[in-house]
Amino acid sequence: MRPFSEHTGRALPLDRSDVDTDQIVPARYLRRIERTGFGPFLFAEWRKDPDFVLNRPEFAGATILLAGPNFGSGSSREHAVWALEDAGFRTVIAPSFADIFRNNCCKIGVLPVELAQESVRALMDAVLDDPTTEITVDLHALRVSAPAVHEAFEIDPYTRWRLLEGLDDIDLTLRHANEIDAYERDRPARLPSVPRA
Amino acid sequence: MGTPRTLAEKVWERHVVHRANGEPDLLYVDLHLVHEVTSAQAFEGLRLAGRPVRRPDLTVATMDHNVPTAPGPVDPVSRTQMEALERNCTEAGITLFPTGDLGQGIVHVIGPQMGLTQPGLMIVCGDSHTSTHGAFGALAIGIGTSEVEHVLATQTLPQRTPRTMAVTVEGELPPGVSAKDVILGIIARIGTDGGVGHVVEYRGSAIRSLSMEGRMTVCNMSIEAGARAGMVAPDDTTFAYLEGRPNAPSGAEWEPALEDWRSLPTDEGAAFDKEVTLEAADLRPHVSWGTNPSQTVTIDDVVPEPADETAERALAYMDLHPGVAIRDIRPDTVFIGSCTNSRIEDLREAASILDGRKVREGLRAMVVPGSMLVKRQAEREGLDTVFVNAGFEWRDAGCSMCLGMNPDQLSPGERCASTSNRNFEGRQGKGGRTHLVSPVVAAATAVLGHFGTPEDLEA
Repeated sequence: MRPFSEHTGRALPLDRSDVDTDQIVPARYLRRIERTGFGPFLFAEWRKDPDFVLNRPEFAGATILLAGPNFGSGSSREHAVWALEDAGFRTVIAPSFADIFRNNCCKIGVLPVELAQESVRALMDAVLDDPTTEITVDLHALRVSAPAVHEAFEIDPYTRWRLLEGLDDIDLTLRHANEIDAYERDRPARLPSVPRA
Repeated sequence: MGTPRTLAEKVWERHVVHRANGEPDLLYVDLHLVHEVTSAQAFEGLRLAGRPVRRPDLTVATMDHNVPTAPGPVDPVSRTQMEALERNCTEAGITLFPTGDLGQGIVHVIGPQMGLTQPGLMIVCGDSHTSTHGAFGALAIGIGTSEVEHVLATQTLPQRTPRTMAVTVEGELPPGVSAKDVILGIIARIGTDGGVGHVVEYRGSAIRSLSMEGRMTVCNMSIEAGARAGMVAPDDTTFAYLEGRPNAPSGAEWEPALEDWRSLPTDEGAAFDKEVTLEAADLRPHVSWGTNPSQTVTIDDVVPEPADETAERALAYMDLHPGVAIRDIRPDTVFIGSCTNSRIEDLREAASILDGRKVREGLRAMVVPGSMLVKRQAEREGLDTVFVNAGFEWRDAGCSMCLGMNPDQLSPGERCASTSNRNFEGRQGKGGRTHLVSPVVAAATAVLGHFGTPEDLEA
């Protein structure tokens, strides 16, 4: 996983709520078996509108996505996070996230930052007012800073540690291999197993 | 006597492999369901790290998301994905039900059908509708591809303890109100994020009265309220469904299994973090008007005035105006299928409405059974003849038009009455307009040419 400690960049204001993962990357692009290259499909339908924020030259090169509440709802597709990452986004700031999307972000090192709706609004206004506004997201200090906005955010300490260190979850789990072995020895024999084809 | 516990807490506790302060619990996974769309990159990750699949015997795979449901060539991109799954399963020794196999079907239909979905299990799948399996009193969680890789490698999943939520539906469901209307009614009430961070337990006499198929429909759409999982306590309905299924306990193992399953329901006095109660008598058939599953009204209503910008956007996308009666909306297409409503009981209900009737001229109608076994069962009962005589296309099993990854898609502007679970923009095809409904409303609508209920057919 790519570590995340501190990031400063310009932001893309996506002022919509309940943005589902079908909008982030539509299903017809999920047939590829690679993990990379999903960036061009990010918001594939919405970006057909020339006025869509992602098409506006003043926001080109943004690395921070600002969005409305319940961002990433719907399908579990990790492709949504791969598309954001591939398009250059290192963090998403929103008032709330859907659970699976948030998990997926934390597995691959795109930081989901939850801020109060008014704070996200203030950041969006600042960026709309001046698209060159730079925002800093600091995972060490748990702070989001912009010229007119300074907010603390929370993330559970374990996830924060994993993100800061860029630690692979599987490696961490395999440290408990003995406990997995022990658990398996004690599992009741009546539990189902899958028949061979 | 210990502290009273909920169903979710009991199932959670029995799966804890490792617990430490400040860390998520490491939970053991009893059953891992795999499909072609969210697994290729996980298997590739294992290969790159040189890690084997730990428990192929607790893993089962099928092809459902992108498979064609009608004869014809398969596009090369989909074929590559299907072949990758085949290769990955062969290498790892995982049982796969590929297209053309009688065991193939939507992953959330085949697990229960095979008797692999059982009370008290921890089940995961790289699909958000994994919550379906919670209908049996299993803890079933949808995961992303990195987590799929983690489960393949370790048979465990680190998980933060969820909050618990009770959604109680008391009373008798009015005639014509189905499980789909129950869950759409619940989502309308609690919203698309009402369940975020929670495992929902559906309770109350109206839930108890549902068949296993109905309970699966309810649990299936838990994610549409943002919930991490949905569950129903196992009872005699559950046990009757499981008894005699291929992989269910049998012989000397049946009674001990029953005894264990009977210990699972939530204890008297157990506390939930959040509780919501609905009266069954207040429920009516629901139809969605917008672009998220909480944007619904009853069949007797009109399209509402938009309450905010999101609703305005939704109405514009759906090409609808406030005040239009739902019964005056005329779909171009009717789709019966998806992991929400493609089981045998759904097909029986729809067929009972269509028997001796015809689909309205000019309307496209298709049925996509949830599995090839559901298809065969329906054919044994003659349901295929009813559908075909009415003017429906009778397809092979798959996810199909629920998400339009295969050729079954809506065209831009095409309006669909769909028994699926998501009315998101473009979900069923670029520019397509989806109205979520129950199977009986879908069937009646196909005949009427506008949204309606079976009673409207009698009028």
